[in-house]
Amino acid sequence: MKCQKCENPASVHVTDIAAGQKRELHLCDGCAKAHGLVPQAPGGQMNLKALLSLLTGGAFGGGTGADKRARRAETCAVCGLNLAEFKAHGRFGCEHDYEALRVAIEPLLERVHRGTAHCGKAPRPLRVQAWKQQMQDAVEAENYEEAARLRDLIRKAEGTAGGGQ
Amino acid sequence: MKLDALLPNLGEWLRGTGPESDIVLSTRVRLARNLSGLPFATRAGPQHRSEVVARAKDAIAKATDGHKLEYFDIPSMPTLDRQFLTERQLISRELAGSEGPRGVAFDATETASVMVNEEDHLRLQVLRSGFALDEAWADIDRLDDALEARLNYAFHTQFGYLTACPTNVGTGMRASVMLHLPALGLTKQIEKVFRALQKINLAVRGLHGEGSRAFGDLYQISNHVTLGKSEPKLLGEIREVIVTILQYERQARAALVKERKQAEHDRAARALGTLSSASMITAEETMEHLSAVRLGIHLHLIENVPITAINQLFIHTQSAHLQKLAGHPLGGEERNAARAKYLKTKLRELGSRS
Repeated sequence: MKCQKCENPASVHVTDIAAGQKRELHLCDGCAKAHGLVPQAPGGQMNLKALLSLLTGGAFGGGTGADKRARRAETCAVCGLNLAEFKAHGRFGCEHDYEALRVAIEPLLERVHRGTAHCGKAPRPLRVQAWKQQMQDAVEAENYEEAARLRDLIRKAEGTAGGGQ
Repeated sequence: MKLDALLPNLGEWLRGTGPESDIVLSTRVRLARNLSGLPFATRAGPQHRSEVVARAKDAIAKATDGHKLEYFDIPSMPTLDRQFLTERQLISRELAGSEGPRGVAFDATETASVMVNEEDHLRLQVLRSGFALDEAWADIDRLDDALEARLNYAFHTQFGYLTACPTNVGTGMRASVMLHLPALGLTKQIEKVFRALQKINLAVRGLHGEGSRAFGDLYQISNHVTLGKSEPKLLGEIREVIVTILQYERQARAALVKERKQAEHDRAARALGTLSSASMITAEETMEHLSAVRLGIHLHLIENVPITAINQLFIHTQSAHLQKLAGHPLGGEERNAARAKYLKTKLRELGSRS
């Protein structure tokens, strides 16, 4: 396969699936470096801004009218950050940006983390909520030992949280 | 707690006694957290930032996880003190150099710290001596719970803990292990190791984090991914890789002793000689020689020099520490002279004790 920017063989391939649309990018090593997509030195990291700009069509222009309208809509109503600003600095302005720019962010997260959904620690109220559900399930399954374990966890967490507020 | 009181001390993490401490200097875990309802750093004005500081200080003061953290205001802190805290790994260069209300809280053993208004509202950190990922995680998990009891974190059911930069979202956790890899450096295998690390999505940095050069064969290896995997899973992946690197480094060390023991002995002895007799020496040259001495000690080629002393010299010979010891600012050449004098004195003390 040839590089989309020159005639050299492509060695860097990026596939982005957003809103059901698939976009592909094929570049040779030189062009990928020129766009800052791959690190120049060992120990360097993938360039977030460059990747974002390529994935969201910045460096490769184009896009239909509908695309552009959609992009205009991608502005956070709370802090006013839009996609262009995010692309320029690579930083969010507030917690609501993740929802507001979700369409643009998900492919990026997929590239950076190879995942788009958190699994791990959650704040206490959510943990307690999950334990309550699990306790209910345990009771229904007549697994009383597990239910008692969860009950103790919940009591302990609610006890500490109550003392803290 | 006065900052100057820290000077003669050694942060808990530099004791050099933890597991695998012949290669692993320290383990650090940090968590990025933001407060719900307030804009992130890039959109926060002085008022918002002050609000973050007020809420954080309150939560830190009332936290009941066992660490007694004391808060220090950064804007009112002299530049030299900021650099001093950076050299001790308690704050980042970014926090030292940015603008607006911000600060750091840490405990007297320098194990736990919380940076306020860095890139995220809160950056929690726990530093441990040696290879201690699980202990560091357990510690920071408790600190996080204690702060969370009084703070409302920005959390999303799909994306997890929300951060200013998308590279930290999810767990908000970065675990990094500081390794001393002189033998892999000497046998020219280090580049190969790093290329392999990059392929499996682990990052490699120098002593002072992002963008810093690796002096003295000290490297920090940390996870790149923060989303989609649980904290224990991420820690497990790093552990597995570190264990492999430890094996490579030990093999390389064994080969050095087997194939060129005399030459290595000579190299370590000369390094020690330079450190104890130079009258001007740069920080970089000091690090290189300390690295050679540290390796010499672990290969049993140098005796009577305790490893803790060498670990301490890595930190105490940096610019801000020397200037605090001198009690006044020093120019470049003066610093090199002061560094040489400090090394000479310290190494002579060790020599007379043995």
